[in-house]
Amino acid sequence: MSVHTLTVDGMEVAVPEGATLLDAVRAAGVELPTLCHLDGLSPVGACRLCLVEMETSGHLQPACATAAGEGMAVLTQTPQLQHYRRMAVELFFAEGNHVCAFCVANGNCELQDVAVAVGMDHSRFPYQYPNRRVDASHPRFAIDHHRCILCTRCVRVCDEIEGAHVWDVANRGGECSIIAGLDQPWGEVQACTSCGKCVDVCPTGAIFRKDDTTAEKEANRERPQLLRSAREQHQWQNQ
Amino acid sequence: MTRTITIDPVTRIEGHAKITLHLDEAGRLADARFHVVEYRGFETFCEGRPFTEMAGITARICGICPVSHLLAAAKTGDKLLAVQPPPAARKLRRLLNLAQLCQSHALSFFHLSSPDFLLGWESDPARRNVFGLMAADPDLARAGIRLRQFGQQVLELLGGRKIHSAWAVPGGVRTPLSAEAREWILERLPEAKATVATALQLYKQLLDGPLQREQSTFGDFPSLFMGLVGPGGRWECIDGLIRFIDSDGRIVADDLSEDDYASYLGEAVESWSYLKFPYYKPLGYPEGIYRVGPLARLNVCESMGSDWADAELAEFRQRSGTAESGGRIVTSSFAFHHARLVEIVACLEGIEQLVVDDSLMTDRIRARADLNANEAVGVSEAPRGTLFHHYCVDDDGLITRVNLIIATGQNNLAMNRTVAQIAREFITEPVADGAEIPEPLLNRVEAGIRCFDPCLSCSTHAAGQMPLHIELRDAAGGLVAERLRG
Repeated sequence: MSVHTLTVDGMEVAVPEGATLLDAVRAAGVELPTLCHLDGLSPVGACRLCLVEMETSGHLQPACATAAGEGMAVLTQTPQLQHYRRMAVELFFAEGNHVCAFCVANGNCELQDVAVAVGMDHSRFPYQYPNRRVDASHPRFAIDHHRCILCTRCVRVCDEIEGAHVWDVANRGGECSIIAGLDQPWGEVQACTSCGKCVDVCPTGAIFRKDDTTAEKEANRERPQLLRSAREQHQWQNQ
Repeated sequence: MTRTITIDPVTRIEGHAKITLHLDEAGRLADARFHVVEYRGFETFCEGRPFTEMAGITARICGICPVSHLLAAAKTGDKLLAVQPPPAARKLRRLLNLAQLCQSHALSFFHLSSPDFLLGWESDPARRNVFGLMAADPDLARAGIRLRQFGQQVLELLGGRKIHSAWAVPGGVRTPLSAEAREWILERLPEAKATVATALQLYKQLLDGPLQREQSTFGDFPSLFMGLVGPGGRWECIDGLIRFIDSDGRIVADDLSEDDYASYLGEAVESWSYLKFPYYKPLGYPEGIYRVGPLARLNVCESMGSDWADAELAEFRQRSGTAESGGRIVTSSFAFHHARLVEIVACLEGIEQLVVDDSLMTDRIRARADLNANEAVGVSEAPRGTLFHHYCVDDDGLITRVNLIIATGQNNLAMNRTVAQIAREFITEPVADGAEIPEPLLNRVEAGIRCFDPCLSCSTHAAGQMPLHIELRDAAGGLVAERLRG
C-alpha cells in the first residue's frame, strides 16, 4: 500500500493512499470539530466545521471530503479558520430552534459539544425561530425538525448501511428539510425497518426515541463504522 | 377627586407585581388591588411539543418550585400512558416533594418574611432583609439558610441537580435512592429538626405578643379552603383526592378527582391583572373565593400523619382556630407563616419515615408504555398550593392544548381581599393630596402578599424578579403618589 506524506500544522504525518485530510489531521493528533462526518458513512462536507487551509494556496477545504495527497501542507488552527468555525456553529443555532434546557439530547449532543469546543457563548446572528414541525407518527421514534442541522447522517446511514433509504433531503435554502419517503409522515413509510440507526447517528436531539425525556437520549454513533467493518471484513460468526 | 396609591414593585416575593390603593373623593381608602403584570405564555408554546417533554419544559416556569411542575407533569404523563408508576417510584416522588416543600417554606419563612417580624415592621427597610437578619441573629439566619440547603440537597441527591432536574418522568422516576443519599439525609435530619423547633418556639412567642394585630388583620376573613387529603383525611402532598372545607369546618366537597376540576373550578378574568381569578364554581364569582397552600392544607386535613406534626397541628388550631368553627379552622392569612413551619415538621418527619424504606433502593421504578389516552389531568401540592396540569394530545402524543392552574392564581381573590383589609386597618385617616405614604404601611401591605408566598413567575408562567410598586390614585384615576422599589 502506498503512503502519502504531508504536514499538518507543520507536523509531518504519513497516511495510506485513499485517506482523507481529516484522517491525516487525526493522525497528527490534532482535534478538529465535525458534525456531518461520521466514520463508516460517506463524506458530504456539509457542515464546514472541518475546514482546513492549504498552506500554499490559502484555499479552504473540508478535511473530511478532501483526499490527502503527497507533499500537502495544511493548517488547522488559523485565526480565520477559528472565526469561520465559530460563525458556522452560531449559524446552526440561529437557524433552528435549539433549546438545550429540555432537549432529549442535552448532555449528549454533538452540536452542544462543538459549541463549547469553538468557544461559542452566544450567537451574533439573529435567531430565526423557524416554524417547523415534529413528526411523531412512527410508533417508536420521532423527528423534531426544529433541532435538525441537515447533516444528512440519517439519510446516509439509512441508505448506505441499512439499505432502506427512508430519508431524503427536500427543498432549498431556509425551506430545506429532511423528509421521510416521498415527504410522508414517517410512520407511513413502508420502507422503514424501525432499525433505529438514524436515531443512533443523529448528532442532536432531532431524531429520538419517543419515550426519551429531557437529557435521556443515548446515541450509538460508532454503530455505522462497526457495521461497515464487520460487513466488509466478514466478521459475522455465521459467515 | 378620588386617587390611587401604587406600590410597585412588590418586594421579597417571587415574580413581578404591583398594588394599587384607591382613595375616594374624601381621600379615604375605598379599595385595594393586587396586580400581576407579567405574561409568559407557556401554555401556548407547549403546543406541538411531545408530551414527554412537558416535565422538562414546565419545570422551567419556576426556579423555586420546579419540582411541583415536574411532578404534576409526570403524573399527567402517567395518565397519558395509562400506567401506574411502581410503588417505589411513587414513594420516591413523595420524598422529592417533601424535600421541595421543606426548602421552599424555609425560603419563604427565613429569607423573605421573617425580617418583617423578627426585625420589626418599622425597622430600617434597607436592612429589613435576610442580610439584616444575619447581622441581628446570625445563628438563626445560618440555621434557616441551612434548612433550605437541606431540602435543596435532598433534591440534588435524588434528581441529580438542585434546580430543574428532570428526574420524575411519565411512568415513574429515573433513579432510585442511593445508600450515600440515605446516609447524608439521616445525618442532617436532626439539625433540620432543631432549626424548625427553634423557629416554631420563636414564632409562637411573637404570636403571643407583637404579632397579635397582624394575626387578626392580615387577611382574616371567611372563605373556602382547598387541598389534597389522603385516606382518612390525612395531610397529603402528592396523591389523594381534593377536599373543600368552609370556614365553619364543614366539608363542602370531598373525594373530588383532579380529572373533573373544570366542573368545580371556574376562572374569572379582570382587565387589570394578568393573573386569572379561580373560584369554586358552585358558589359563583367572586363568592366562590377559596384559599390553597399551607394554611388550606392544614385546614382541610384531619391529621398530619406523624407525631410531632400532629401535636403542632393541634396547637396551631388551638391558638388560631376560630370560635365559629370550634377551633377547627384558621381563617387568618397571617397564619400561612405558622402553617409553613408546621408543614416543615411534617416534611422532615415524612422524609425520616421514607428514607429508611429499603424498597426505595430498587431498580423497579419506571413503567413504560405507549400513548394510551388523549387527555389527562395531573395534580400535586406545590409549596403554595394545589397545582393542576391538564394536557390534550393528538394520536402521536403531540400537545394540542395545555391548561395550567397554579396555586398562586387560586389565592388571587384572597390576596386582593387581604391587601384591602390591611390597607383599611392601617389607613384610617384621609390621605392629603401629594402626601407621602409611610414606609411601614407600604411594608405591611406588601407583607400581606408575602403571607401567601406568591410565585408570580408560576402563576402567570411569567419571568423575572419581584419588585413592588404602590400607586395612590384619586377618584378620577389620576396618580396622586407612588412608591417604587426593585
